[in-house]
Amino acid sequence: MGKDCERIYDCIIVGGGVIGAFAARELMRFRGRFLLLEAGNDVAVGTTKANSGIVHAGFDAAPNTKKAKYNVLGSRLMEKKCRELDVPYKRNGALVLAFGNDGDIRRLRARGMTNGVDTEILSGDAARTLEPLLSDKVTSALFAPSSAVVSPYELAIACCENYTANGGELKTNSRVKTVRRGARGFWYVETDGGVYLTRTVINAAGLYSDDVHNGACADGISITARRGQYMLLDKAAKPVERTVFQTPTALGKGVLVAPTCHGNTLIGPSAETVDDRADVSTTADVLGAVFERARLSVPTLSKRDIITQFSGLRAVCGEDFVLGESADGFFDAAGICSPGLASSPAIGEYLAEAVAAKLGLAENKSFEPRREGIFRFAEATDGERAAKIADDPRYGRIVCRCESVTEGEIAEAVRRGAVDLDGVKRRVRAGMGRCQAGFCTPNLIRIIARELGISPSFVTKSGGGSTVLGQVKYDGDR
Amino acid sequence: MIGAGPAGLAAAVAAYDGGATDIVILERDDCAGGILNQCIHNGFGLHTFGAELSGPEYAARFYGQTGARGIRCEFGTTVLSVGADRTVRAVSERGVAEYRAQAVVLACGCRERPRGAINIAGTRPAGVFSAGTAQRLVNIDGERIGSDVFILGSGDIGLIMARRMVFEGARVHGVAELMPYSSGLNRNIAQCLNDFDIPLMLSTTVVEIRGRDRISSVVVADVDGKLAPIPSTAREIKCDTLLLSVGLLPENELAKSCGVGLDKTTGGGAVDDAFMTDVDGVFMCGNCLHVHDLVDYVSAESAACGAAAARYVLGQKEKERSGAEIVTSGGVRYCVPQRIERGGGKLTLRMRVDGVYKKCRLAVFADGKELYSRARPVVTPGEMETIELDAARSAALRAADSIEIKLIRSEAAQ
Repeated sequence: MGKDCERIYDCIIVGGGVIGAFAARELMRFRGRFLLLEAGNDVAVGTTKANSGIVHAGFDAAPNTKKAKYNVLGSRLMEKKCRELDVPYKRNGALVLAFGNDGDIRRLRARGMTNGVDTEILSGDAARTLEPLLSDKVTSALFAPSSAVVSPYELAIACCENYTANGGELKTNSRVKTVRRGARGFWYVETDGGVYLTRTVINAAGLYSDDVHNGACADGISITARRGQYMLLDKAAKPVERTVFQTPTALGKGVLVAPTCHGNTLIGPSAETVDDRADVSTTADVLGAVFERARLSVPTLSKRDIITQFSGLRAVCGEDFVLGESADGFFDAAGICSPGLASSPAIGEYLAEAVAAKLGLAENKSFEPRREGIFRFAEATDGERAAKIADDPRYGRIVCRCESVTEGEIAEAVRRGAVDLDGVKRRVRAGMGRCQAGFCTPNLIRIIARELGISPSFVTKSGGGSTVLGQVKYDGDR
Repeated sequence: MIGAGPAGLAAAVAAYDGGATDIVILERDDCAGGILNQCIHNGFGLHTFGAELSGPEYAARFYGQTGARGIRCEFGTTVLSVGADRTVRAVSERGVAEYRAQAVVLACGCRERPRGAINIAGTRPAGVFSAGTAQRLVNIDGERIGSDVFILGSGDIGLIMARRMVFEGARVHGVAELMPYSSGLNRNIAQCLNDFDIPLMLSTTVVEIRGRDRISSVVVADVDGKLAPIPSTAREIKCDTLLLSVGLLPENELAKSCGVGLDKTTGGGAVDDAFMTDVDGVFMCGNCLHVHDLVDYVSAESAACGAAAARYVLGQKEKERSGAEIVTSGGVRYCVPQRIERGGGKLTLRMRVDGVYKKCRLAVFADGKELYSRARPVVTPGEMETIELDAARSAALRAADSIEIKLIRSEAAQ
């Protein structure tokens, strides 16, 4: 034993998206040494940051699948987890629209009943009473009151903060190259920064979870990347309160008109298979087509309200989640596409309990489930604001005027792990407003540079070579 | 006054001189001057001072005037809301403060349209800036933001930044302009593009941004008569920086928060000739009322606004809300003010047209009768037109029940 024992973990979680983050956080209910390895320079930089944010009710998942089981469980757990983690949660309900033929929504209702999810069929008029801007052509709609929305990246970030506050170890910029069975039954997890020994592994590596799996397991899985392009509408455009779906197709849940928990509206997504697992570009023709499809639900949608576009990749592996112990001590959470976000609390609990049971881990009686988020100036009362400013005057300097985000919040975001503009943006919303960081970028650079103790020239948008300020080129380079 | 840019400063000076001396200017930046602080090129003040000053120098002259009058300015103060009762809530490092005013002048300026609002497809790398943000980084923060620049939009900001980036040692590969004409001042096209051999690509737009971490190229394409890109004309231009000068939008959040009725065309408030909105005691001037191209007009307009606010506060100007709404037609896109009061002095009307028109005239009709006409050899969307009416015509317009401003083209083909 000797020196080796200091480096042996009870569990290494590969991937700091919402699945890995929840697994890690739930593991803290048990006593053990845990390490979360994230390839990116921050957590929640993959699929977790670019999806619809919907906590699906669970009527859509095929019965008797893992998707159905964990969706329904996760949907029931999500509100409590969000309260503990101090992240936004809004149970706004959902409507699935039918245009003429209600066969599809009746099938969904029946499926929901099998899955244990309450839904109701409304007439088109009743649907329009709830949502006056719905198309006249809507003849009936499925209403699912338990559908909700969250901020997926804030959720993952909060899980990671809670995890590390409870003593978990987390390393970013740690891409896992291989996971293989080593001597004495341990798993060897190799990154550029070194090799870690662990008794168990949780594979939550998202788009790259097949690479991780295939090194560790005798069989092979294959991840297909499915891209979804979205448009985001200004907060001032509030076409609907509830999440509005069209009937699903083979490729996905169809085009949504989906309020976010911050008051914007998402239009999208598309569903295209892409070869390049890093291709998150948007394309004009697909965005245009998606917008026109969304107009079938809400004809008054206007392109003038669009403030930005983005795309996200979902990891697809067959029809269902790949979830379970695939090799002795190696647990997969792969192919967690929709309803992955909704399922995440339940998947996290399942993985943690499975690992704890496997290793016989004792309960961690000092686990603190609550995490306090960063003060939100925009949502505070004047009294709360005054108190916060008296304590720290930087909370009185508004930097992002579109979203009313103060310097105090931005500095705190860096203190809590943001290392670039996008990391600050995801934690405190600076740059997410209608001017899309046009106004606040100079100040963000200055504050991030100061808090990180680096020159402004090295501040990046999202790590790597994405420096915001130009690189100096010498004459010879021309 | 909300804003200590050129509009707020001029309005404050005029209000003070009009007798309303209990004034505070709330400014979110740490100093006065607004957008002028980053406009270090000259050309400001030709009409006002008969000189060609830089932006900061122009701002300093007005700030000096406020200083000479002892007008209070609170810096680092961001206004959170303005109520219809003219209660103003603002935050600063000192805490949250509430001000009660008899009159509030919104001089909040404008903001830039971002990439997202014009739907440029592609990746989302670093190196894409709106031109004003780039100007701020270069001129105030002293940063060099890139080496190989492409610019979309030939409005004045895009043109000025083309030259500015050349001065910073960058190569500027071109300026693409969606329309078949530039909306920038002719002197800027000459002095910023032609003088530096920077190609101006009219009827061209950026259809895609490429690059993973930092932008590596743009794809540009010609556009047709409906401004739609023609795919067969797409070509790639390598660059590490893209500047977007694609439109300015009045900063009207505070106006909305107190219920001010907005003009859908300008995006700013609908005001009468005293620059009062439909909310009693709330006035607007400068770029948040409608986007200007010459700061001299901002100052003139804002001075008139400040003087009117003072008259209102001192009770000399009764709030009437009679008088006609101005209808625009024939190519006149909008007019400020949007309506005329019955009582009052000489009128100044400011407007923009919606296209390039040659050999035309701008005519003002009162109750169907042509009251005034001015021939113009050419009018363009990029240059604001001003009509100043004498006392007699102003009186006639105030008395009218219907007012129309019409652009009338000559019989000859354009």
